[in-house]
Amino acid sequence: MAKVLMKGNEAIGAAAIKAGCKYFFGYPITPQNELPEYMSKALPEADGVFVQAESEVAAINMVYGAAGCGVRVMTSSSSPGMALKQEGITYIAGAELPCVMVNIVRGGPGLGGIQPAQSDYYQSTRGGGNGDYKCFVFAPANLQEMVDMVQEAFDIADYYRNPVIVLGDGMIGQMMEPIEFKAPKKRDLPSKDGWATTGTKNSRKPHIINSLFLDPEGLENHNTKLQKKYKAMKENEVRHEEYNIENAEIVIAAYGTTSRIAKNAIDALKEEGINVGLIRPQTLWPFPEKAFQDLPDTVKSVLTVEMSEGQMIDDVRLALNGKLPTDFYGRSGGMIPSPGAIIDKVKEMIGGVK
Amino acid sequence: MAIVFEKTQGLTDKETHYCPGCTHGIIHRLVGEVLVELDVLGDAIGVAPVGCSVLAYDYFNCDMHEASHGRAPAVATGIKRSLQDKVVFTYQGDGDLASIGTAEIVHVAHRAEKITTIFVNNAIYGMTGGQMAPTTLIGQKATTCQDGRSEAHSGMPLRMSEMLATVDGAAFIERVSVHNPAAIRKAKKAIKRAFECQIKGEGFSMVEVLSTCPTNWGIAPVESLKWLEENMIPYYPLGNFRTPEEA
Repeated sequence: MAKVLMKGNEAIGAAAIKAGCKYFFGYPITPQNELPEYMSKALPEADGVFVQAESEVAAINMVYGAAGCGVRVMTSSSSPGMALKQEGITYIAGAELPCVMVNIVRGGPGLGGIQPAQSDYYQSTRGGGNGDYKCFVFAPANLQEMVDMVQEAFDIADYYRNPVIVLGDGMIGQMMEPIEFKAPKKRDLPSKDGWATTGTKNSRKPHIINSLFLDPEGLENHNTKLQKKYKAMKENEVRHEEYNIENAEIVIAAYGTTSRIAKNAIDALKEEGINVGLIRPQTLWPFPEKAFQDLPDTVKSVLTVEMSEGQMIDDVRLALNGKLPTDFYGRSGGMIPSPGAIIDKVKEMIGGVK
Repeated sequence: MAIVFEKTQGLTDKETHYCPGCTHGIIHRLVGEVLVELDVLGDAIGVAPVGCSVLAYDYFNCDMHEASHGRAPAVATGIKRSLQDKVVFTYQGDGDLASIGTAEIVHVAHRAEKITTIFVNNAIYGMTGGQMAPTTLIGQKATTCQDGRSEAHSGMPLRMSEMLATVDGAAFIERVSVHNPAAIRKAKKAIKRAFECQIKGEGFSMVEVLSTCPTNWGIAPVESLKWLEENMIPYYPLGNFRTPEEA
């Protein structure tokens, strides 16, 4: 198929529909509005349903209802809106329902701003809701990867019966890039007939979508089952990209938009004879821990660069487990790190290490 | 020998957890009977609330979702929009519907979602132990208004049926009670009309059922029925507030 030039937020909608998403429930918030706007027109044309909810809380609960019926459903929002959705997300995770959520992250805390940020890393990977649960988190760095991940997100959600977050930022949502829609790798997806609420037709026992377990032992068993699923996701689905790792003295850890800026800095440093590599997590949960443990001996330290005051750096430190010193460079509030600032930081570190 | 009464197929055989004298059991039965009589039990998907009827998903003999507190109308929206030929209902208490879930109930009516809501109003938070609800009457004692609810501090009790009847998308709104056999018969009739309204696609339908809470009211079951009649009905008048013809 030929490449098409699309705006990020609209490309997400087109990819979701290609993946068989038929239902979208959302609430307006900048900078993701083009996505629900696109879905309000495109979904009915694809025999689907778009509903603008009265709030993010209602939208995620509509997703919960639809997901329980076994249909492919999604929602999108931006940071403060995702904060409101956390109640529904923990219910969806607890009831083991598949759904896809897109967060086009903006600066925080509070109402924050509307410019790109990566300050929802904790919210996405730790969960803002109650209890021991995990959302699968994709972190695309360009629009091609975004549309690929959005399509695969529906398969992963169905395969594991788990909510999947695609974490973009204002930059990814608003930029235009050429993309090509490709079908994701084929997965053997389990049938939903054993649990979806589609009416008993008076011929089977009722199906119940639920996350309540009043018996403590029953709830612990449920948690054990969830952890087993999360372990399988860790074993099978973790993904990262490496760039210029061989002979690198310093390795940068960065995801999404920031990783693209880091690559520019790495290329410029290479011309000056300074070898810097990149580990780019493509899944934030599960986190590519092994990539950090397997770094070559040439690497003396790891620099985490984020559009936040330092959130992913916690996972980098946990992954390294004391193996290497770490440093951090970040901009927040919608400010974007420049390649020059990253270069200066690397040079400062090299001076320090030597 | 002729069978004059038997348990409806609309309910499961699970023993309910409700307190002695609580009228939730009667209301469950009426909903179950209506689903069977309309021959829609096999196509019904219900949404249970948070509150005393949180375990209703074990009692209704149809597919069920357990919603978070107040969100049942949003969950029901997701279900109905996905499976438009199914019969979808929520079963909610007054804390769930009239307090934490006011936005969801107003907007499910506003969008004229083709779902049916059974709203059980017993003027108190039951499951959490008798706290004041938006529906608690003036002077009525609760654990968070131990000298009785005062208007100066907490305002006047909220009349949800009257409020929702002002929303154009609401096709059928009626308040009923279950304090005596005649009232129970009327309640069943209203519940049936509400579901028929949904099946015909006429819009949102809700039946508010005045109910007792002997445990948290601190009144014996039989006296509770009398208390409902003498105290709740004067403030929450029974009757129809909206029919499809008016909608």
